[in-house]
Amino acid sequence: MTLLYTLIGCIVFAIVAPLVGCLIAGVDRIISARMQGRVGPPLLQPYYDVRKLLAKENVSVNSVENTYIVCALVFTIVAGGIFFSGGNLLMCVFVITLASMFFIIAAYSARSPYAEVGANRETLQVMSYEPMVLFMAVGFYLGAQTFDINGLFTLDVPIIANTWLIFIGLLFVLTIKLRKSPFDLSMSHHAHQEIVRGVTTEMSGPTLARVEIMHWCENVLFLGWVGMFFVWGNPLSILLALAVIAVVYFLEIWIDNNFARMKWQFMLKSAWIVALVAGGVNIAFLVFL
Amino acid sequence: MAFASKSPWVIHYDGSSCNGCDIEVLATLCPGFDGERFGVINTGNPKHADIFLVTGSINEQNIEVVRQIYDQMVEPKVVVACGICACTGGIFHDCYNVLGGVDKAIPVDVYAPGCAVRPEALIDAIVKGIAVLDEKSAALEKKKKEGVA
Ligand code: SF4
Repeated sequence: MTLLYTLIGCIVFAIVAPLVGCLIAGVDRIISARMQGRVGPPLLQPYYDVRKLLAKENVSVNSVENTYIVCALVFTIVAGGIFFSGGNLLMCVFVITLASMFFIIAAYSARSPYAEVGANRETLQVMSYEPMVLFMAVGFYLGAQTFDINGLFTLDVPIIANTWLIFIGLLFVLTIKLRKSPFDLSMSHHAHQEIVRGVTTEMSGPTLARVEIMHWCENVLFLGWVGMFFVWGNPLSILLALAVIAVVYFLEIWIDNNFARMKWQFMLKSAWIVALVAGGVNIAFLVFL
Repeated sequence: MAFASKSPWVIHYDGSSCNGCDIEVLATLCPGFDGERFGVINTGNPKHADIFLVTGSINEQNIEVVRQIYDQMVEPKVVVACGICACTGGIFHDCYNVLGGVDKAIPVDVYAPGCAVRPEALIDAIVKGIAVLDEKSAALEKKKKEGVA
């Protein structure tokens, strides 16, 4: 039964997440532009970009790069399917990490020095956020007494009541996961602070389009992680979760527009310190008190 | 239906410009003119770019660089020569190492003269370039279909 739900979840996620993610990306670009005193692109600009990329000539440096990217995209969708069908959070975390691994390998496979710099940095990013993400999963279990997202709907109070410190830690690494400044080390949306084009240097045309779509799906999933802290037995709590997601995303855009990129040393240190303090203290409280 | 017209990503290369035109190219993307209204994004990567903006003339040293950037760009692609130097060599045309305009190295689709080229002229040139881009992508589309058939 669970398998069937997950399968349906994956199919629905594969259709809905790109649509939602695309709109979020469009809103993101408009708000960013307004923050910079510009008019900004049309709402559907991200869609126009991807459509164009798909129509471009395919000049991959090797055929394996595209295979890795397709794998990354598929596993991102599976992770999203697991999460939104109410499945196991820990599984979702592992599958999305697998997707990032494929993405990194794809960048390495091109053997280009610039893509390699990007891939190195992407690896550092994964190293930086992974501890906090695991703490999040543990905190979730201690709060909800299960790893299943379904379990949230039987709770009397949302897990944020016991895990707000973990939530703050998650917000910190969310900047890395959403690829926002100051932690957009491997792949920035802003050309002016990029080494050629980071991880995606050698990816062009249709391959790059798949990376974009993957990025949309990822964003939807990560915002889902933010929302799950605010869901409990009451169905109306989903509205609360959506409101929190909107506020958090606005905050991320604001941070993105106000900070320049940091060095990787700072990212790694600060993310680990935040993970240890926020995650460690919160989990210690949940376990021992 | 050509899809390129709504998202022209540009790459900018400074040949032997005096920097006057470079500043104008960047000014085009600033809030006052906001090229992103038309989907224009400045990329630093030739593989992602659709429109190649070259400022300054071509000389013995940069001709290979310009050719390489052009070769790395993915079809369909358009070249815009920005400023009179890029169009013909301009004020530098008789310098000892200057070969002339960008068309000495690669095929140019749109010429945007001016010294320095104004952002308004540049936006016009990019919009013209978009039309050329559309034609080229339609041609590419046709070639793809014929290739399959
Ligand atoms: S056209 Fe004028 S402003 Fe532009 S690069 Fe040449 S000399 Fe400089």
